[in-house]
Amino acid sequence: MSTILSVENLSKIYTLGSGLFGPSRELVALNDISLTVKAGETLAIVGESGCGKTSLGRCIIQAQPATEGRVYYHPKDAAKVELTALSKRELKPWRRDVRMIFQDPMSSLNPNMRVFDLVAEPLRIHRIARGRELEERVYDVLAKVGIPSDAAGRYPHAFSGGQRQRIGIARALVLDPKLVIADEAVSALDVSIQAQVLNLLDDLKEEFGLTYIFISHDLGVVNYIADRVVVMYLGHVVENAPTDLLFERPRHPYTEMLLAALPVADPTRRKGRSTTPRGEIPYLGNRPQGCPFHTRCKYAQDRCRSEKPALRAIDGTDQMAACHFAEALELQGAFEAPQKASA
Amino acid sequence: MPQIPMAAEPILAIKNMSITFTSPDEADVEAVRQVDLTLTAGKTLALVGESGCGKSVTARAILRLLDKSALLPSGEILFNHGQGTVDIARLKPDSLAMRSIRGAEISMIFQEPMTSLSPVHTIGDQIDEVIVLHEGVSPKKARERTVHLLDQVGISGARERANAYPFELSGGLRQRAMIAMALACTPKLLIADEPTTALDVTTQAQILDLLRQLQDDFGMAMLFITHDLGVVAEIADEVAVMYLGDVVEQGDVYEVFRSPQHPYTQALMNSVPHLRRKADRQRLSPIKGTVPSPKDRPAGCAFTSRCPYVFEPCAGTRPAPTEVGAGHLARCHLLARTKMEALA
Repeated sequence: MSTILSVENLSKIYTLGSGLFGPSRELVALNDISLTVKAGETLAIVGESGCGKTSLGRCIIQAQPATEGRVYYHPKDAAKVELTALSKRELKPWRRDVRMIFQDPMSSLNPNMRVFDLVAEPLRIHRIARGRELEERVYDVLAKVGIPSDAAGRYPHAFSGGQRQRIGIARALVLDPKLVIADEAVSALDVSIQAQVLNLLDDLKEEFGLTYIFISHDLGVVNYIADRVVVMYLGHVVENAPTDLLFERPRHPYTEMLLAALPVADPTRRKGRSTTPRGEIPYLGNRPQGCPFHTRCKYAQDRCRSEKPALRAIDGTDQMAACHFAEALELQGAFEAPQKASA
Repeated sequence: MPQIPMAAEPILAIKNMSITFTSPDEADVEAVRQVDLTLTAGKTLALVGESGCGKSVTARAILRLLDKSALLPSGEILFNHGQGTVDIARLKPDSLAMRSIRGAEISMIFQEPMTSLSPVHTIGDQIDEVIVLHEGVSPKKARERTVHLLDQVGISGARERANAYPFELSGGLRQRAMIAMALACTPKLLIADEPTTALDVTTQAQILDLLRQLQDDFGMAMLFITHDLGVVAEIADEVAVMYLGDVVEQGDVYEVFRSPQHPYTQALMNSVPHLRRKADRQRLSPIKGTVPSPKDRPAGCAFTSRCPYVFEPCAGTRPAPTEVGAGHLARCHLLARTKMEALA
C-alpha cells in the first residue's frame, strides 16, 4: 500500500494569556508527532479529552497552522506536496482531496441554507459543476448517503441527528475526496443510529476508495472500524499499532489503562477494582517531566520520571510504543478469549 | 440449613405510572406509558434507552421535578421511608412533605456537574446548605460533615478543596463533589442520570467504581440512567429497557444480557460494536429507520415501525408484559403467542 499522507515532527503550541495580566504561557498541544497514513486504510486516533487528537486533525487539513513540522500529501500520480508550506491559494486544489466530517452536525451545518445548497456549496466554491451537472452530482451523493431527494429543499433543523450527520458526510464526499478526516463523527449519535452511520462510512469507503483518519474516544467503535490505531496522551503519540496487535497485547501502559476502563456490554465480564485507573489527566500546561504518563503509570520507575521515552518499533514488528519498558511488560489486552488455533 | 432470605421490602415501587405533557395548542403527548419499576435497598436498577425514550422524565417524576405542563394522570410512586409509605405521585411538588424527601431521602446526580452546581458558590458551601436545610444543624457541624463526605468520595485535601469553586475542579472531581452532595443526608434512594456520559473513559471507570463502593457503605438503592449498554453491564443488578415511553423489557441484568427477549433489546445489543479480531469482525446490524416522535407512536407496541418481526396485532394492540423467566418480563406479542402455543 502506498502512503497517502505523512506527518513529520508536527508540533502545535498555543500561547495563552498574552495580555495585560502577567506573562504569556505556552501550551504544547502537540509534541513532535510523526505518522503515516496508507492509502485505503482507516487510521484511528484515540485518546481522552485534551490529548490533542482534534488539534492534530485540524493541523492536518490546515484549518490551523502547525507551529513546527511538516504535513505531506501524496497524490496518486504526482509528486508529494508539502501542505504546511503552501499558501492559502495554493492549498485550494488540495482541499478537494482532503475533507473533514465534524462531530456535531447541528453546529457544522449552516442553519440558513437548504440541504441542496449545503451539499452544492463545495462544488460551487471549487467551480467544478453548474446547472444540470451540479444538480445531478448533488442528488447523486445525497442518494448515496441515504437522504431522499425530495428532502433537498429542507433546512437542517428539519432533520434528526443521524440524518444531519449524513448531510455532513455528503458535503465531504461531493468533491470526490481521497482522504476523509472524521472527527468524532458518530459520538453524538444514539447507538442504533451510530451503527447505521458506521455501516454507511464502511460502504462509502468501499465505493469511493477512500482513506479515513477516524478521530474518536470510543475504543469499541475504533476496534470495529480501524486498521491501525494511534493512541495519544497529553499531546504525545504513546502507541501506534495495527488494531489487532494493539487490542491483543498493548505495549504502552496507557493503552492498557484505556482498554481496562472500557465498559463491556457483558455483565459476566465485569471489571474488578484492581483495574480501576489511577489518578487524573494532568493539566496540559503542567506536563510532567520525563514520560508524560509516569504520574498515573503503575509500572513507573525512576528512569520514567527523568527521561522521556521515544516512540520506537517493538521487537521488530510494526507496533510502535513510547515506553522504556515496552518489551518487558506483559500488558493486558481486551479480547475475550485467546486466539483460536484453527478457524 | 440455608436460611430463606426475607423478601426485601422495596424502597420505591412505581406502579402503572404514565406521564403526559400538555400544550395549549397541540394534542397531549404521552411521554411515559404505564411503567412499573421496583427499587430495593442495596441494589441498582439501570434504566437504559436511546434519547427521547422517557428515561430522564421517569427519574424526574420520582422527585417531582417535572415542568408544570407534565401531568401524572395515572399510577402510583410508593416510597417507603421507614415509617410507612407515601405516594409521591399524590404529593404537591412544592409541598413540605415533598421537599423533605427531595435531596434528603431521595437525591439525584446529573449528567453535567458544571451546569448543575452553582458557579458562584464554593462546593463546600453548596453541600453545607443541603445539610443545614434538611437537618437543622449548625453551619460549623455541617462543614465537618461536608469535609468527611468529600473525603469519602475520594477528593484529596478535602478541607481545602471544600473552598474551591466548581470551575477550579476537573470534570471527574466535580462529579465527585456532586455525588458527595447527593449523599449528604444519607438518602435511601440515589438517582443517577447519565452521571458518567460527559466524562472520559478512565474517569468514568473511577466514578462507577466509587458509586459501587458507596452503595456498599451506605446501602442505598440506586436508579441509574444511561444509554450505554457497557455501563449497564458494569453496574446494574437489574435492567429496564425503555423505548418511546414504554418499558419493553426488564429483569435481572445477567438474564437480560444472556437472553434478550424483546426485538428492541436484541436490536440494541446488535448495534453495539464488540471487541473482536479483524478476522472475526461482523458487520453491525443497525435498527432500520429512526425513533418516531411520541406523537406518532402507534396505539399498539411502540416498536412496531422498526421491528423486523412485526405481525397483525402489533400496530393496534399494546402487548401485555409476558413473564419469560423469573422476574424477567417483556412486552411483545411474539412472546405471548409462543407462550400460548406452549400451553395449548
